[in-house]
Amino acid sequence: MIHRRNVLTSILAVAFVGGAAAQTPAPRIPVTASFSIVADLVREVGGDRIEVSALVGPGQDAHVYQPTPADARTISQAKGIFINGLHFEEFMGRLIKTAGAKAPVFRAAAGFEPLKASGKHSHGDHKGHSHGDFAPDPHAWHSVPNVKAYVGNISKGLAQIDPDGATVYAQRAAAYIEKLDALDREIRAAVEDIPKERRIAVTTHDAFAYLAREYGIQFVTLQGVSTDTEISAAGLGKTIREVKARKAPAVFIENITDPRKIERLSKETGAKLGGTLYSDALSKADGPAPTYIELMRHNIRQLKQALAP
Amino acid sequence: MEGIASLLAPFAEFGFMRRALAGCVALSVSAPLIGVFLMLRRMSLVGDAIQHAILPGAALGYLVAGLSLGAMTLGGLVAGLAVALLAGLITRTTNLREDTAIATFYILSLALGVTLLTARGTNVDVLRVLFGSVLALDDATLLLMTGVSSITVLALALFLRPMVLEFADSGFLRSVSAAGGAMHFLFLGLAVLNMVAAFHALGTLLSIGIMILPAATARLWTNDLTRLMASSVAIALASCSVGLVASYHLELASGPAIILVAGCVYMASILAGRAGGLLPRLIPRRHLEG
Repeated sequence: MIHRRNVLTSILAVAFVGGAAAQTPAPRIPVTASFSIVADLVREVGGDRIEVSALVGPGQDAHVYQPTPADARTISQAKGIFINGLHFEEFMGRLIKTAGAKAPVFRAAAGFEPLKASGKHSHGDHKGHSHGDFAPDPHAWHSVPNVKAYVGNISKGLAQIDPDGATVYAQRAAAYIEKLDALDREIRAAVEDIPKERRIAVTTHDAFAYLAREYGIQFVTLQGVSTDTEISAAGLGKTIREVKARKAPAVFIENITDPRKIERLSKETGAKLGGTLYSDALSKADGPAPTYIELMRHNIRQLKQALAP
Repeated sequence: MEGIASLLAPFAEFGFMRRALAGCVALSVSAPLIGVFLMLRRMSLVGDAIQHAILPGAALGYLVAGLSLGAMTLGGLVAGLAVALLAGLITRTTNLREDTAIATFYILSLALGVTLLTARGTNVDVLRVLFGSVLALDDATLLLMTGVSSITVLALALFLRPMVLEFADSGFLRSVSAAGGAMHFLFLGLAVLNMVAAFHALGTLLSIGIMILPAATARLWTNDLTRLMASSVAIALASCSVGLVASYHLELASGPAIILVAGCVYMASILAGRAGGLLPRLIPRRHLEG
């Protein structure tokens, strides 16, 4: 039965491609992604068959996002809704309810072991931040193996809302996963070029725990895991002491947060300013990180440049 | 002695604490003086409206030039002055009273400011704009704050007499000289300058606090203008220092901590203030017995 259906979809897919070449292209299936990174992955897997819109666009911060009426319309017209999950999109549940969206919701971040949000990098003085103490850390896309799971889940989700495209999605997902494997090797090679004792970076918010676990770069952070908590004087003081004590070579600005505190930190600790890391959002198309793969490449390049002697 | 040393240790250890203190001292020397005059002219609420108007101005500056101190300051100055003048104009030309005119500006400014800030997927932190970032004062901001403070003190020293005269009886000075109107605008200009300086450290919502709270507190203790000015500055200086130290040791947000300390002094003065406090008024004075 399954076999016959696959053959059928292949024939349909061929017919579709042939027809599309001859006539006007078939209307794309509208799907919504919660933020720019998941949107990029959905686009990679969905290709021409789908039209992806992201609620939280490039350069925007999902922690402080405010839904607009246009977002409610977008989401109510979508045939499928793709989110990161792991409590990253706290606005999503209410938005889906108020918008009356009927489309199925697919969580991309599933099929691997999530880290706890209050891991070894939190400083203990950010209790009560919005993610709670036992919540998982949602920033799982900073580990490429996790994103391979994301891609599998997205492919399954797309096949569910568009069974005719299932083979196309599976093929595209497989091709993309090959690119991800190459990216993974690239990152590991870059980390190898940084001496072990210099693999410490300082960032504004605790977004890189997965990168830390996967690739062995340690991160000291200024804020807790969410950008919506303001650091206290004591918190900033502790961070300065920690950065000095661990001799972190460089501090990094993130694309979604105010750079002034981290500049202050750099001046006060003598750690050099290491450029911008893209944590929770892609850059605009003309920026250095317009796609997920470019984002990871950009980040590891910045880290290597600043940390390697 | 050791206790005091450990209380002050963060200032010795961290540059950002010294910068926060320096910025606060600069603010405390001039902003409460403006507050005293705002209070005497019954313009405290106007001050609040002007303070809010700085937000959309600064946001516009941000949209045009990014996180640039110059553009945000200039935008704030222009918008603050515009509202200071417009609020007066509306009161004089329509049937709305001043308090209504002020309330409308105040809320429109806040809405416009936040809309502008969030308009184009920005990475500036709205919280930081509303509540300031006294812990992240860079060189340029500190220079701006100390500069504004110096200009204010200098201008007040030069023009204190005509200004007091204008404020005490605006009809009189205007009848004998053209300086009356000029004094009014000079004062408004100084007020907006101070508010923009305070905006960088304490944000839109809190910065008026460092002007009005010390002035109101001082008013509860004395009727004399010179003492009023001196004690409001002293109260502001004390509130800033205690607030910063408390925010460090108790792990509180620094801006609100400073204003809360000023608020505690104010509350205590409402009870105990010799010139207008509750208790001295309730307790019968000796000369009434005789």
